[in-house]
Amino acid sequence: MSTENKLARKKRMNQKIAFGIFTAISYSIVALLFVILAFIVIKGIGVISWEFITAMPSNGMTEGGIFPAIVGTLCLVFASMIFAFPVGVFAAIYMNEYVKDGWIKKIIKQMTNNLAGVPSIVFGLFGMSLFVNKLGFGDSILAGGLTLGLLVLPVVIRTTEESLKAVDSTFRQASLGLGASKWQTTSKVVLPIAFPNIITGLILSIGRVSGETAPILFTVAAYFLPKLPSSIFDQAMALPYHLYVIATSGTNIEKSRAMAYGTALILIIIVLISNLLANALRKYFGKKVKMN
Amino acid sequence: MHKIESRNVNFFYGENQALYDISLSMKENTVTALIGPSGCGKSTYLRLLNRMNDLIDNTRMEGNILIDQNDIYEKSTNVDDLRKNVGMVFQKPNPFPKSIFENVAYGLRVNGIDDKHVIEERVITSIEQVALWDEVKDKLKKSAFELSGGQQQRLCIARALAIQPSVLLMDEPTSALDPISTSKIEELIHELKNQYTIVIVTHNMQQAARVSDNTAFFYMGKLIECDKTKTIFTKPAIQQTEDYITGRFG
Repeated sequence: MSTENKLARKKRMNQKIAFGIFTAISYSIVALLFVILAFIVIKGIGVISWEFITAMPSNGMTEGGIFPAIVGTLCLVFASMIFAFPVGVFAAIYMNEYVKDGWIKKIIKQMTNNLAGVPSIVFGLFGMSLFVNKLGFGDSILAGGLTLGLLVLPVVIRTTEESLKAVDSTFRQASLGLGASKWQTTSKVVLPIAFPNIITGLILSIGRVSGETAPILFTVAAYFLPKLPSSIFDQAMALPYHLYVIATSGTNIEKSRAMAYGTALILIIIVLISNLLANALRKYFGKKVKMN
Repeated sequence: MHKIESRNVNFFYGENQALYDISLSMKENTVTALIGPSGCGKSTYLRLLNRMNDLIDNTRMEGNILIDQNDIYEKSTNVDDLRKNVGMVFQKPNPFPKSIFENVAYGLRVNGIDDKHVIEERVITSIEQVALWDEVKDKLKKSAFELSGGQQQRLCIARALAIQPSVLLMDEPTSALDPISTSKIEELIHELKNQYTIVIVTHNMQQAARVSDNTAFFYMGKLIECDKTKTIFTKPAIQQTEDYITGRFG
């Protein structure tokens, strides 16, 4: 047996081992996800009913439904997006289209990254002292929405920036070359091309916002509120916080165990639906600006 | 009288000097080909003529470039007006993600023309000018991406013509196209020469010989030689030029 053959066999062997490990890791990640999902579905599916998603909680949150928490979470998602989406998109446009390369840009970028790394509980405390107390919004959807908005701002900024960067610079040059202003170029050419990808940022943020607990803890979330919020200055229940409450500090934790899993399941379904919806939107707009 | 005149132009990307002391003039209604190996500065020079290099941070330009006797790097120059007068066509066809009609109408709309009849008339005229009308007249509302690469490039030329420039800059306009589309664009350049002053960057020596009246040979940021195309290709004055066009380097 020649050394060459030996070498070839050894190479093949190494290759097999490496690929085997990679494959195993990839599959186990997917498997883990399925296990978590299956766990929640199995434990939670039993309580899911029309009543569960449309009724108020009753009997010390051990019976009834979680309707106000669903509505509260949707309100918070909406409120935070109304704030974070335009602010984030405009900030990214400014950074990518207007600021020249240099230390100012570097500092803003670094700050954005730092902001993304701040623990969410810190956002909660900040939201409480600024929106709840200083600005006097009280515990409210407004205060909670703004706090959540701040939290996801870096995500929106970063994904928008990436989407803008991906737009080939000759589109900009062609537009400017026709005597268009920078803003005309950005709004009429660059943004429409980048839009499908910007939507992705929205998806990520919605998922993040609907699941966050810490930022809403001191700014909006109600332990128990048997009515729906009627204005943005009202407190609201929210799914993640409701889940926390009935799982750890409810009136009868054992009795409401199944409801906790049911709540988790609904939360996951909401995130899933918003992702699918946003994906469909992205596909729809993507087709409109399809590149050759 | 020269349409375009550059005097002692130096250009820097940060610390790197890309152009050295370029003095080059172009007469009205002529085609000038800029040739030279990659990185020789010919595209950089082209982009100075409509101040496209302004978009790149940390660049610096010295010297004067005059178009119609006006120094386009003067403070008083309105860059948008300059670019309206100096149209540009790019290497890769880059129509906007809009309909065929709206692509050509874009330049008119951003320049404040909103009379429907004027827009329609100019769009049709421009598409006819690039000999694309028969191919697209029934699908003006369709996306420009449905056209072939060659058609897209002619549409991009129409887009540039719609705002009635007097100079047309072409940066390797056929390098992404097949031979048939290429010859159509070259024919078009012949036609357009009657109305426009054209400057074309090309890697294709035959193309330079076919379409241009004058040829300028750039090498390492310097203008080595500029003369009538015929002269450059038959008896260039400088050895480097001859070496390049005969394919001995580059």
